[in-house]
Amino acid sequence: MNALPEIWTYLRQEPLLWLSATLLAYAVGDTVFLKSGKRPYMNPVLIAVTLLALLLWVTDVSYPTYFEGAKFVHFMLGPATVALAAPLYANLDKVRAAALPMFAALIAGSVTAIVSVLAIAYAFGVRGEILLSLAPKSVTAPVALGISESIGGSPTLTAVLVILTGVMGAVMATPLLNLLGIKDWRARGFALGVASHGIGTARAFQVNETAGAFAGIGMGLNAILTALIVPLIIQIFA
Amino acid sequence: MIYHLTVLLLCQLAGEFLSQSFNLVVPGPVVGMVILLGLFMLLPKLAMAVQPTALGLLSHLSLLFVPAGVGIVGHLDKLGSDGLPILFALAASTALAITVGALVFVGMSRLVERRK
Repeated sequence: MNALPEIWTYLRQEPLLWLSATLLAYAVGDTVFLKSGKRPYMNPVLIAVTLLALLLWVTDVSYPTYFEGAKFVHFMLGPATVALAAPLYANLDKVRAAALPMFAALIAGSVTAIVSVLAIAYAFGVRGEILLSLAPKSVTAPVALGISESIGGSPTLTAVLVILTGVMGAVMATPLLNLLGIKDWRARGFALGVASHGIGTARAFQVNETAGAFAGIGMGLNAILTALIVPLIIQIFA
Repeated sequence: MIYHLTVLLLCQLAGEFLSQSFNLVVPGPVVGMVILLGLFMLLPKLAMAVQPTALGLLSHLSLLFVPAGVGIVGHLDKLGSDGLPILFALAASTALAITVGALVFVGMSRLVERRK
């Protein structure tokens, strides 16, 4: 029989361990979230990421080693994005009826997201590459990285900013929208999808399927609009 | 379920192919979503079959962001000395965008209904 340290040395290099750890950390996060009565600040992504980051730090395992296992989960983002067609199809009548409000909210939400983040950071003296990296922060990661690169930002930094924006939106959306007295699930979901892409959309699905469907549309449309208008808006801050 | 997953992957593959061929800004999976929606509208039977798998996958959409989330923890120092102002700018801008987007949606849908 092998000694425990030897088994550990073997397992810590194996994808199996890190894939299991990712699912387990999420299960813990999801359970805490459900037990708390779905409190938005008990975000399952935030809990799971914190647990795993601590675990990697304690066990001194590098991110690439971890990702060898976690990549199977990461890969499913693609098929899940395609799967957004399902709630969209189920809500097709509602979507058709809301074309005009969606169009208006898309433009208003998208421009607000870009201009406000640039203006606030600029006011605090943020300039150059870091400022540019902020511009596409509300957009789904693959598109945001592309935009960041094309305008002279840092894609790595943009990836960090995109995830932070997603988690912030997911955490603040429910209390904020309740405060504003907005009860329309379409409006709640759509605004969250535009402002906080996939992580916001995931949060919307936890609350209501119609909100989730509209969040998915908001995310998809904002990816296109932001790619078109960011190059124009950054001229103001150049 | 495996067949349904195959449908999703094939749509993604077709989307990726179109996105790469025409150098689209829109990433492959988003194009794949549009393709699948088109297929659902043409073949309601396919929609009935794939719906449960697709919704099952989406009910744990949060899980899929965990690996990327762990990745950014090591890069948080990239925010550098601008860390606090950047976090503030992100939070304020996200709150503003959600507020403006939701209010405009509600306002516009009231306008549309009044016209009817």
